[in-house]
Amino acid sequence: MPMKTRLLLIAVIVASGLLSSFTASMNSYYVQILTFIGINIILGVSLNLINGHTGQFSLGHAGFMAVGGYSAAFLTTTYGPSFLAALGGSSWWSEALLFSGALVVGGIGAAIAGLVVGIPSLRLRGDYLAIITLGFGEIIRVLIQNTDAVGGPRGLTGIPGYTNLFWTFAIAAITIYSISSLVDSTYGRGFLTVRDDEIAASSMGINTTRYKVVAFVIGAFFAGVAGGLYAHSTRYLTPEGFTFQKTVEIVIIVILGGMGNNAGVTVAAILLTVLLEALRSVSDFTWLPQFVRDLTKNRMILFSLVLIALMLLRPQGLFGGFRKPKRT
Amino acid sequence: MSLSDFFQQIINGLSLGAFYALIALGYTMVYGVLRFINFAHGDVFMIGAYCGYYITDRVQAVFGGKLMWASALVVLLFAMAVCAILGVVIERLAYRPLRNRPKLAVLITAIGVSLFLEYGGQFFFGAIPRAFPELIPDLPVGGLGTLVITTNQVLVFGVTVALLVALNYIVKHTKMGLAMRAVSQNATAAQLMGVNIDTVISFTFALGSALAGAAGILFAVSYPSINPLMGILPGIKAFVAAVLGGIGHLPGAAVGGIILGIVETFVGASDYSTYRDAIAFAVLILILLFKPAGIFGKATVEKV
Repeated sequence: MPMKTRLLLIAVIVASGLLSSFTASMNSYYVQILTFIGINIILGVSLNLINGHTGQFSLGHAGFMAVGGYSAAFLTTTYGPSFLAALGGSSWWSEALLFSGALVVGGIGAAIAGLVVGIPSLRLRGDYLAIITLGFGEIIRVLIQNTDAVGGPRGLTGIPGYTNLFWTFAIAAITIYSISSLVDSTYGRGFLTVRDDEIAASSMGINTTRYKVVAFVIGAFFAGVAGGLYAHSTRYLTPEGFTFQKTVEIVIIVILGGMGNNAGVTVAAILLTVLLEALRSVSDFTWLPQFVRDLTKNRMILFSLVLIALMLLRPQGLFGGFRKPKRT
Repeated sequence: MSLSDFFQQIINGLSLGAFYALIALGYTMVYGVLRFINFAHGDVFMIGAYCGYYITDRVQAVFGGKLMWASALVVLLFAMAVCAILGVVIERLAYRPLRNRPKLAVLITAIGVSLFLEYGGQFFFGAIPRAFPELIPDLPVGGLGTLVITTNQVLVFGVTVALLVALNYIVKHTKMGLAMRAVSQNATAAQLMGVNIDTVISFTFALGSALAGAAGILFAVSYPSINPLMGILPGIKAFVAAVLGGIGHLPGAAVGGIILGIVETFVGASDYSTYRDAIAFAVLILILLFKPAGIFGKATVEKV
């Protein structure tokens, strides 16, 4: 990682810190949208490591997010108060310690889930991974619904609202930094070879399964951290927040941005989050025909059409193509 | 569990397995010729059920409310025809342009098509579950002691067996079936021998989708509440059945479906019934760990 990028990274984190000190004077709706943008960036870039750089197809990102979100929120709601009391009441640093600890625990929980799901399925072709991860996402939801300790179907309430713009964007910056430098490292070239030609890679002595599992676990870790941020931003979790629709949203971010293109995925995360919010108001435009307004309410139809159209017309994504030559 | 309970569960499992088998055959056939998983297959099954929903009353009116078996047959054939056309159209519009692209692109498109059918269905049919009309009065046709077999179970099993026999005939004894087998062995070589791959692939989609449509009707007859998302879970489970039997292997898909249906029914009847839907994934993970080629599949070496 060149010096310039490192400085940029620090600048982004400092800027997000400064920005968050103005949060109080900002419209809370916009703060919410900005937070979601940051979370979607983390989710998109982490899925990009699995889907884009390593060429595996995971459909379980919302499941990992749920694991991370629920573990982090469970920690802060159950053990948070006693932890803060032990540190002499809540102050900014004890809360920061608690929150960062909870985020890391959430990430590790998701990473373990990723390991459990990844090892059997990653030994085989990508198609199986897609189905297993899809099933995993549903299983996680069913498990959460049946777990009373986290509220079951009623959801987990009373989560402290620790997430602010500083945390969100600092972690987004760290995610982009870690994954970009991981892929750019000597070790990380292995991910790209697995994607480009698995047979050639394994005959060059690359342990392809290991690379796939590593990508999967790291991707799941960041998804878990994003889940933790999400939990402490909405302050309320239900299993319904982590349906297949959320996964599809993240997949679309990755495909829109261009698989394997971190900058593109970041832009796509911003674009999609803003567009989806804008779409909400479209359904209030009474001058539009009822049919169109109903259609915009059903985002999954739009998502599916975007997926098909992109694959047919621009498989490299909206911003792809200038970073890497088109693959045949 | 008493002996008669045991046999009752076997009968229930067989009829559940029959749906899985019918859907799994579509997955396996498409996988055989194109080497990819048609994610939208479970949703074609849902469309089949909706065809039945919209047409049953009309067909029964034409028959004047009599000849229930004949009208059921008409409904079944109609749904199969609609689904066959739908399958061909999906292949033509979404998959064919991507034939020589990376697999991931086709997979993503398939997911897109699947979502489109599900949520387009929600948009056009409405999201609320609908009550499927009664095709044939559901009466117990007989049994042994406490064992009960209903007309619907006879219908499901009879239709499934008939379709499997027909499929076997098509694949083994017709020219098109020969072409299908040739393409699934080696598409390039088949093409060089003068097989028109596009026709064969379209035919495969038509055949697989027709079976899914039939399964949709049979499923709706047995569980008469249909909704646009009903295809997801049976679709995934049927895929597991196809993998269990060895994907690409036709009798394997049927056997896998029956096994999965019976296993699931027994889990559903046990104390762990809440995990009924999760069992398919447990089965999938176990097969992938211990016998990834499936029961009948042979482990293949990837050629470079």
